[in-house]
Amino acid sequence: MAGLLQKIELLFRRKKFDDELAEEMSFHYEEARKQLRENGLSAEEAKYAAQRQLGNATRLKERSHEMVGFRFETVLQDVRYALRQLGKSPGFAATAILILALGICASIAIFAFVDAALIKPLPYSNPDRLVDVTESVPMIPHANLSYLDYLDWKKLNTVFSSLDVYTGNSFMLRTQSGTELVPGASVSAGFFRTLGVAPILGRDFYDGEDSPHGPNSVILTYAAWQKRFGGRKDVIGQTVTMGGDADTIVGVLPRSFQFAPRGNAEFWEAIHAKEGCELRRSCHNLTGVARLKDGVTVEAARANIVLIAQQLEKQYPDSNRGQGGVVEPLSEAIIGDVRPILLVLLAGAGLLLLIACVNVSSLLLVRSESRRREMAVRSALGASRARLICQFTTEGLVLVMAGGSLGLGLAGSAMQLLTRLIPTDMLAGMPYLQGLGLNLHVLLFAAVLSLFAVVLFSLTPLVRLPWNEIRDGLSNGSRAASGTIWRRFGSNLVVVELGLAMVLLVGAGLLGKSLYRLLHVDLGFQPDHLATVESVAIPNGRSKNNDQVLAIRRQIISRVSSLPGVKSVALAMQLPVSFNGNTEWIRFLDRPYHGEHNEVNQRDISPAFFSTLKAKLARGRYFTEADEAEHPRVCIINQTLAKQYFPDKDPIGSKIAHFDMAPDSIMEIVGVVEDVREGSLDSPSWPTIYYPEPDPYFALIARTSQDEQSVLPSIVAAIHEVDPAIPVRGESTMDADINGSETAYLHRSTAWLVGGFAAMALLLGVIGLYGVIAFSVSQRTREIGVRMALGAQRRSVYQLVLSEAGYLAAFGIIAGLLCSLATATLMRKLLFGVRSWDISTLLAVAALLAAAALLASYLPARRAASVNPTEALRAE
Amino acid sequence: MAKKPELLPGTLDLMILKTLTRAPLHGYGIALAIKQLSDDVLTVEEGSLYPALQRLLLQGWVKAEWKMTETNRRARYYTLTVAGRKQLGIELTQFEQMIAAIGRVLQNA
Repeated sequence: MAGLLQKIELLFRRKKFDDELAEEMSFHYEEARKQLRENGLSAEEAKYAAQRQLGNATRLKERSHEMVGFRFETVLQDVRYALRQLGKSPGFAATAILILALGICASIAIFAFVDAALIKPLPYSNPDRLVDVTESVPMIPHANLSYLDYLDWKKLNTVFSSLDVYTGNSFMLRTQSGTELVPGASVSAGFFRTLGVAPILGRDFYDGEDSPHGPNSVILTYAAWQKRFGGRKDVIGQTVTMGGDADTIVGVLPRSFQFAPRGNAEFWEAIHAKEGCELRRSCHNLTGVARLKDGVTVEAARANIVLIAQQLEKQYPDSNRGQGGVVEPLSEAIIGDVRPILLVLLAGAGLLLLIACVNVSSLLLVRSESRRREMAVRSALGASRARLICQFTTEGLVLVMAGGSLGLGLAGSAMQLLTRLIPTDMLAGMPYLQGLGLNLHVLLFAAVLSLFAVVLFSLTPLVRLPWNEIRDGLSNGSRAASGTIWRRFGSNLVVVELGLAMVLLVGAGLLGKSLYRLLHVDLGFQPDHLATVESVAIPNGRSKNNDQVLAIRRQIISRVSSLPGVKSVALAMQLPVSFNGNTEWIRFLDRPYHGEHNEVNQRDISPAFFSTLKAKLARGRYFTEADEAEHPRVCIINQTLAKQYFPDKDPIGSKIAHFDMAPDSIMEIVGVVEDVREGSLDSPSWPTIYYPEPDPYFALIARTSQDEQSVLPSIVAAIHEVDPAIPVRGESTMDADINGSETAYLHRSTAWLVGGFAAMALLLGVIGLYGVIAFSVSQRTREIGVRMALGAQRRSVYQLVLSEAGYLAAFGIIAGLLCSLATATLMRKLLFGVRSWDISTLLAVAALLAAAALLASYLPARRAASVNPTEALRAE
Repeated sequence: MAKKPELLPGTLDLMILKTLTRAPLHGYGIALAIKQLSDDVLTVEEGSLYPALQRLLLQGWVKAEWKMTETNRRARYYTLTVAGRKQLGIELTQFEQMIAAIGRVLQNA
């Protein structure tokens, strides 16, 4: 212990140590000189004799240091030496550092996303006690909750300390410049308390504020407060006019508040069950969030909710038939979708890093091969084994430090780039990415990676150096032996590299094929030349009657249709390729009904909808303007509905009604249309029913004869000509909507990232193979020379080299094939329209790798074949 | 020049500790003492002596302090510690056992 302290003290007080030692030496020298003088030597002689006796003062000092000091100097010395070594072969150094930097960069950047999304807890108090609570029906595993069911669940459950609900909402906010559609949410009063979030300004909703006739209160997000109210403190108590109602601002949420399911909501109002959907038990529009009581597990909560759902099913057989309940951790509801993607990406990045490390290892091997003599000399001069290990470790450390810090820097930019590539709408739904960056977790991860790399790199040359053979390194004849060892060990590394590259390539191939399938899925309409506006809202629409709304809609259609370049215009409740949902239950009048819930998508459209989309009519007719004026008496169904409910019958002329048989809900089927994709690209078509009902809120679709993007401004202008107060939001094009949809984005980004990893892996694998073969050829120049001198043909030399490469490549490919079958099964969830053992992908990848391997080995083979036998023999 | 007999490995520490049993000495004094006590047969090289002293300091077997000599020069004096005395006992026993063993081999072989 005292020794350690002394050592540490020495580190800081080296000067004192040196001075004391020097003084001791000079004292010793003086005494020796005096003694010699007394023995009768002359002054001169005594001086020299004393000096001789003292020996090399520097050496003495060094040894004293070594005795007591840390090996600090030796480490510095090693670092200097390592830097000199790397400086002497800049090509090697640059390659190794760059490869490492790429591998580390990819891993760190992806890990940062994994950390932000999967590891960091949600920013609520005790987030692991929060659960997502929804109903569930056979077609929709997580279906919305109806308000009345919510009230019952809240009352009857024994597992939650609190249960609250939220739903998305759009507010028509009146501003100086007109009316703006602002995304918001409606929540029950205890919502923020359940999350454990308190406003930083003003107050939270009080219990009962969400009663049907409670006050219209709204809480702002921090961003909305800053953007719309300049962060003024006196905003509390002010009113904002949203739609027809005046809402009072009662609070402002903290800056750190986020809620991914409603990521872009700016205004949070207390829900009021006054009208419409909230009064009907069959109308589902809410999602529940609850805090578990202490000691209650998610499973217990689920069982309790299922039990309550069964009770309600008996109590309200009309509305609650088949309505189950689901409880899952809130984190699962928020990041469950991205988890498999992130994990696959992390695995991909990890594999790439592994390949990079293996590649650098084999570069180090080649180098250690040429440094055998150096090692042997140093060992013969007395360098201990530990000292040589230390040297290798230092060299590995220097490489990893350089590669790691470069990689870390690159990773920072890569993260920003990747975040910028996420569409804004999607990013709003991923608020957990806000903290993305080089935080402690990420740096720790980087440190672990670097440590792993350092260990690997310092071990590699050691495995290589059989210690008893070191002395043999001094003699030149060891060449052949070293070559065999190299071939045995180095070539194994290449097989590993090629195998890993194969796994990544197969992954990329499958994901790429999925993406292709996804983007070429049958939409049921022609998406090109379609300009779209996501939401248009007629002000005070709910208080206008059908004819008034219809008049405004027709005005908008006629204005937009008359724009140059616009061929036809349609309005719809929602754009195609957005989502399945907004369902209703129907019954068929021509057959007995037992209360079952025939759940179908319900879409309100204008008459020109199908013709504008260029959908295909299977039977019957499209809507006409006459259908619109007369309240919905007719409907059009899609093929899926026809096949499911009219398997052996022509549906045209059949009558359908709402499940409650409301008299105005009875309607006749006049047409069957080929499925128009309503849901996302990767979800199957649902049975869908179309009504010619004029809604006051709608999306607009225009088919254009020119570039659809260019007519968007004039479309917005045309709508505002009808009424400047009409808010318009989300102008885009159908192609952009589809390509930018979450499904397409997730598939594309995964495919591109894994594809990028795979391309780099292929490059590294091929470079690795080239390195092995080239080195092997250089080691065997003499052997090849002898063979050729003895009459071997160039062809057989080619054969010699290529067969070596062929074996390695074949082993790599076969090993890779087996591994990729396993990995592909693991990523089954991410595939669309492709089986995980897609033969054509596997074959194509194997062929690609084989071709690349052939190319990589052809160059050294040609060099081998062009060896001049006489020169080769003389060179040795 | 006649070759001087080399020190047996490991015996330097032993001899330093032994010379310090009588009184604290400075480095030169230790070297002188070993030389005189061995009748000029053993010469301790300074290159070995001072690193060895540092090692002993580190082990806590000796301690050092700066004092004035009779000739009024500052010198670092080394003193045997309690632990050093114990260590000397251990090393002496081991050394004698070894010498006895070597002696038996040399006589009987």
